[in-house]
Amino acid sequence: MAIAREHPLHKRRSGRNVGLALVLLAFIALVFGLTIAKVSGGGSIEAFDHTYRPMLDPATLIPTEE
Amino acid sequence: MTDIRADFTQTGPADAEFGDYVALLKPRVMTLVVFTALSGLLVAPGGIHPIEALAAIIFIALGGGASGALNMWWDADIDAVMKRTAKRPIPSGKVTEGEALAIGVTLSAISVIMLWLATNALAAALLAFTIFFYVVIYSMWLKRATPQNIVIGGAAGAFPPMIGWAAVTGSVSVEACLMFLLVFMWTPPHFWALALFMKSDYHEAKVPMLTVTHGRRATRTHILVYTIALLPVALATGLTSIGGPVYLAAALWFSLGFLHGAWAIWKRDEVQAEADSYATEKRVFRFSLSYLFVLFGALIAEAALRNLPAYAEFVAQFNLMEML
Repeated sequence: MAIAREHPLHKRRSGRNVGLALVLLAFIALVFGLTIAKVSGGGSIEAFDHTYRPMLDPATLIPTEE
Repeated sequence: MTDIRADFTQTGPADAEFGDYVALLKPRVMTLVVFTALSGLLVAPGGIHPIEALAAIIFIALGGGASGALNMWWDADIDAVMKRTAKRPIPSGKVTEGEALAIGVTLSAISVIMLWLATNALAAALLAFTIFFYVVIYSMWLKRATPQNIVIGGAAGAFPPMIGWAAVTGSVSVEACLMFLLVFMWTPPHFWALALFMKSDYHEAKVPMLTVTHGRRATRTHILVYTIALLPVALATGLTSIGGPVYLAAALWFSLGFLHGAWAIWKRDEVQAEADSYATEKRVFRFSLSYLFVLFGALIAEAALRNLPAYAEFVAQFNLMEML
């Protein structure tokens, strides 16, 4: 007696795997979209390494009245 | 060879389809959660990035689904007894209790953390409290202990519009509290109408529903009293910054309709109800569902209309909060 190649069990497992894959893909897309939204709404972003940052240069700071 | 074949054909209790895991999250309840949370989010003052709004709704829904899975894990014994719930994934043997617990806990953590990252700490804290309230206060404690289970447990279902509001504003205001109260006061008459025509189920599961502990006459009176108490809450919401003529008209019309239904339930006795297979109770139960959707839909309509300057100016006259 040959082993059945396609059993309802395989269909169920395949459905589960496809469903989980779609959920994970949707989650990745959502986190990516959220990152873009947060970054684009976060104002100016400056690099920290090997870059001149005017904000950290005392010479560029505007003196405040005391 | 026969043994090998047997290994392929035997399916264990945990061999569920993807849809069984979705059913674990109570998608029908999730519809209400999504709609009320979306309403809270859309009517809140200020703006939110559309992606953040989408993420907020998804994670609020996920939190609601997670608490549904934890509820099914805890209530598996009584779900198996009740006809209405016997086909749920755990009592039907498709999903194990351990799986439901693992899914519930994991999704709870993911939803709260992600809502925090997507919006703010207050919205996430409210979602965490909602899950705790539904699972621990309602499912584990009140449901089997008191006939007022629906009244206090209903608070869990009332939080989503407040979470939606908090996701945008980062705070909780009178408007958010009134939206909470609207769902809170709506829940008891809605579920007691269901309990009236699902009598045998709760009775056999030994869940102390009001129908079982205080009788059906008392339940009919409770439905009427809570529906009367719902009316001022529904109207007061219309006098705040999120209300207006469209909402007030819808709230008044549908609240009177709900009252009319509750009155019809109160007037009937068991002989009349059984004679027409609880037709009035079923009609009021269906009406109560549309009641909530119409009222929150009207709030969304108000938010959309307020973009028209002439309408916004007109509506400001009705704002009780500003008048005070």
